[in-house]
Amino acid sequence: MKDKELIRVEGLNKSFGNLKVLNDITESIYDREVISIIGPSGSGKSTFLRCLNLLERPTSGKVYFEGIDLSDKRVNLDKHRQKIGMVFQLFNVFPHLKVIDNITLTPMLEKKMTKEEAEKKADELLARVGLTDKRDVYPTKLSGGQKQRLAIVRALAMDPKVMLFDEPTSALDPEMVKEVLQVIRDLALSGMTIVIVTHEMRFAREVSDRVMFMSDGVIQEQGTPDEIFNNPENIRTIDFLSKVL
Amino acid sequence: MIKTTFMLWNKYNYVYIDGLVGTLWLAALTVFAATILGTLIAIMKLSKIKVLDVITSAYIGVLRGTPILLQLYFFWLLLPKIVPFDLSDTTCIVIALIVNASSYVAEVIRAGIQAVDKGQVEAARSLGLSSSNTLKKIILPQAIKNILPALGNEYISIVKQTSLASVFFVQELTTSYRSVQSATFLAIPSLIIAGIIYLIVTTVLTKGINVFERRLQVNER
Repeated sequence: MKDKELIRVEGLNKSFGNLKVLNDITESIYDREVISIIGPSGSGKSTFLRCLNLLERPTSGKVYFEGIDLSDKRVNLDKHRQKIGMVFQLFNVFPHLKVIDNITLTPMLEKKMTKEEAEKKADELLARVGLTDKRDVYPTKLSGGQKQRLAIVRALAMDPKVMLFDEPTSALDPEMVKEVLQVIRDLALSGMTIVIVTHEMRFAREVSDRVMFMSDGVIQEQGTPDEIFNNPENIRTIDFLSKVL
Repeated sequence: MIKTTFMLWNKYNYVYIDGLVGTLWLAALTVFAATILGTLIAIMKLSKIKVLDVITSAYIGVLRGTPILLQLYFFWLLLPKIVPFDLSDTTCIVIALIVNASSYVAEVIRAGIQAVDKGQVEAARSLGLSSSNTLKKIILPQAIKNILPALGNEYISIVKQTSLASVFFVQELTTSYRSVQSATFLAIPSLIIAGIIYLIVTTVLTKGINVFERRLQVNER
């Protein structure tokens, strides 16, 4: 399972003013790994995830992606971010662009793909998530679940090495959670490296290779789903799980 | 009175037409220059450079916090003293109108850009879209839809504000009213004519802006 190291963070700290959100985290994420990050709200999960693609600039510490220090200001961040897909809680699809253009915009502009190439790829991706018939509509016409599936394939169109999911189902109506989780599950099975911040404990248990429990800006405990969910050792993990399970 | 008004129009319409030309010219010049100047100020305010932010905030604060008539007096008195060449009253007033309007335009543009959801930028940047492409393809197309309606209102205000130039006898519609009024002593009819012409201009402008807005939104339905 543990092939090569894809992401490594070293001594990662993040503060917002006086509020310390991440406290000296050192961690590695390996190729083809599926990692779930769980924990109470305000524990720093999302901030940790957002530091991985430098959407949040660390207060101190380093973030390596494929061995390159992304926090180095001389690095062309855009180029590396193309290989780190991200999906947000509130979808953030582009409302002024049709579904197909949401997907093809960045490949055409930043990877210099021709319109034909980009659309061919986008059509394949849309078929994969069952959105072919929505190809030429604007996102206002989509349900929450459809918007999130669009957001996922928009990221996949850049051929990322890793996908970061920031609570991808938290803003969805219950009946739409399943369709989005199914897409992420398929992605996991296809061998994509995934880091997902989630409150879906059952999903975390089923798809993850590794589960991290975060609290107070620290990864308090981590292990296989079995270790975390069936035999948690840290008192905070036990306390948290007793509340959510 | 209706009869008097028509009679007055028949006799003095050329005065009003001249005034209308002046008003349209003042308004067009102000709209054009204030849009450019206002855009620059909005960009300076949005830039993360602290000094520019302080300067533009003060600029906008003063211009929006003092009466426009007072600003017209100020420019009318000050400009001829500080420039080495002759300035007409009209030029001073046009400059004052432009400067005043630019502060409102700047705020409209700044607010329109800042109203674009932060998540849009995050999504674009996380895909690896460069900051300039994010601005061009994601932020501005969405900001335009916030900006244009408010900017349209601002343009209509500018048309009406040009009437203040009459205080300095700049050739425009309200000055025409004052001329006709003092020549005929028919105060109310001469005022009604000016009012109707203003109303026609602003109504046409409003309709035009509405058509434009509708065309802008049609593609998102």
